[in-house]
This record gives sequence, structure tokens and C-alpha cells, in this order.
Amino acid sequence: MLLIHCPYCDATRPEVEFAYGGQAHIARPLDPSSTTDEQWRDHLYIRVNPRGIHAERWRHIHGCGRFFNAIRDTVSDKFVTTYKAGEPRPELTEKEGAR
Amino acid sequence: MRQEEHPLIGRSLDMPHAPATIRPVEDAARFNLRISPDNLAEASAAWGAILPARIGELASSPGRLAACIGPDEWFLIAPLEEQGAIEAAFSALYAKTIHSLVDVGHREVGIAIEGPAAADVLQSCIAFEVGAMAMNEARRTIIDRVPIILFREAQERFRIEVWHSFSDHVWHLLAGICREYELGV
Ligand SMILES: [Zn+2]
Repeated sequence: MLLIHCPYCDATRPEVEFAYGGQAHIARPLDPSSTTDEQWRDHLYIRVNPRGIHAERWRHIHGCGRFFNAIRDTVSDKFVTTYKAGEPRPELTEKEGAR
Repeated sequence: MRQEEHPLIGRSLDMPHAPATIRPVEDAARFNLRISPDNLAEASAAWGAILPARIGELASSPGRLAACIGPDEWFLIAPLEEQGAIEAAFSALYAKTIHSLVDVGHREVGIAIEGPAAADVLQSCIAFEVGAMAMNEARRTIIDRVPIILFREAQERFRIEVWHSFSDHVWHLLAGICREYELGV
């Protein structure tokens, strides 16, 4: 079973307690009315789809209820690290990021 | 649905040799409290006892349980006769400290799981490691796809808080497992 560490509970819990929330660190444009249609489309719908390291949102919906962020390898499904919402994306060392 | 009519009223297990048994817990007042952790001292004063600060911690005193189940969320259980006083205390607090205290007493029922095999019985249908829970720990989790709050009150005593509509399913699930343990299968 896939285990995920919740940075709020500071506990490692089975995947069934969590919900996936899509790509992380997508900032809403500060002034939406000044964006072009293409920029707004990209903000809403265009996402990276990497083979490998991906920063993404997760929610501990059947635990503490909080959204947090995770770095996951989309090839191995291994969670490299998790961190609280609002914290910057951690710099990964070469070893941590390696597949 | 009123609390006098919930699905588990009057139920009991007739399994004298089972190493773990279940029973419905007597009715209680229940609250869901949302408040900034910065204001925890004021909330504790209104509650009348220290509210735990860390997620998963459970503070118990006679008739009362207070569990921290989220970064700004607490689940409170108290005797029914104390309900009015608790509501009044938090109502007074509201004038200076914003928070939400919601009476969820009629939403849930409690099931106690007791006996030397209590942790093993629960482990049959909970994905996280039940045996690793500390005494006085409480966690929201899933039992056989049903959302619950699980309390460990003692080495061999757990309590589940489950919504009415799921309680019949959880009861029969646990009763069947207790029976398997009684028969040693
Ligand atoms: Zn959590």
C-alpha cells in the first residue's frame, strides 16, 4: 500500500485517507482582467505532465483535512518529500531527485 | 434522525468468550470546534480544561473527551447535562474571539471496542497501524470505506464515532470480526 506522510499530522498514513489535488504552485494572476484569453486559458487548464519529479497538491481529507504539497516521482510513484501549503518548493539534491 | 432512535439503540453482543467485544456508548453532547490555534487558551478556558494542541492528541477527564483532529479543529464530547453550560461559555467567548462551535450530537453514535484483541479487530478493516496508536490518541480515519474518528482510551479500549447512516454497517462488520475471534478462525 502506498504510504503518504502528512506534514500537518506529522504521521504516515495509507493512501486511502488522501485525495489528489493536481499540480502545485500555480499562482492565480493578480489582475485577471488584464490577462489575455490565452494567458487565462493557460492559467486554468494548461499543466505540466512530467515523466519523473512532479510537485503536486494532496489533501488529507480523511485525516486532518488539510491541503499540502508533495514531490512525487510519476514513474516510480515514490513520494520524495511532502511539505506544508505555502512553503516554497524544496530544492532537491541530485540524489533525492534521481530516478 | 433523533438520538433516541439511532440504529444501535439496545444492541449488544452475546459473545462471552470473545477476546474483544463491542457496545454502543451512552449518548453524549458532541461539538465540532474550529478556532485559530493562537486562541487555544481562550477556547480551553471556555471548555473548562486544556484542549490539546497537537493533531492526534486526546485529553480526557471524567465524562469528557477533547481531541485535536486538524490544524484548527477539535472534536469535543461531554455529558448531556453539561451541554448548555458549554454552549453558553463559547457563546460568551464569541464576542471577542471568532470561532465556530457546532453541535453535532445528533449526527453520530459512539461504539466502544474493548478487550485484549481490540486493536487486532480494528486492524482487520483499518488501513493504518492501529496497534501503533498511543494511549489518549485520536485520529480521523476510514474503516471499511466509512469515515470515523477513532479514539484509543486505554491499551484495550477504543471508541469509534460514526455517523448514524453508517453505524449499522460498522456495527455488523465489527460484530462479525469479534465472532471470528471468538471462534478462533
Ligand atoms: Zn494530516
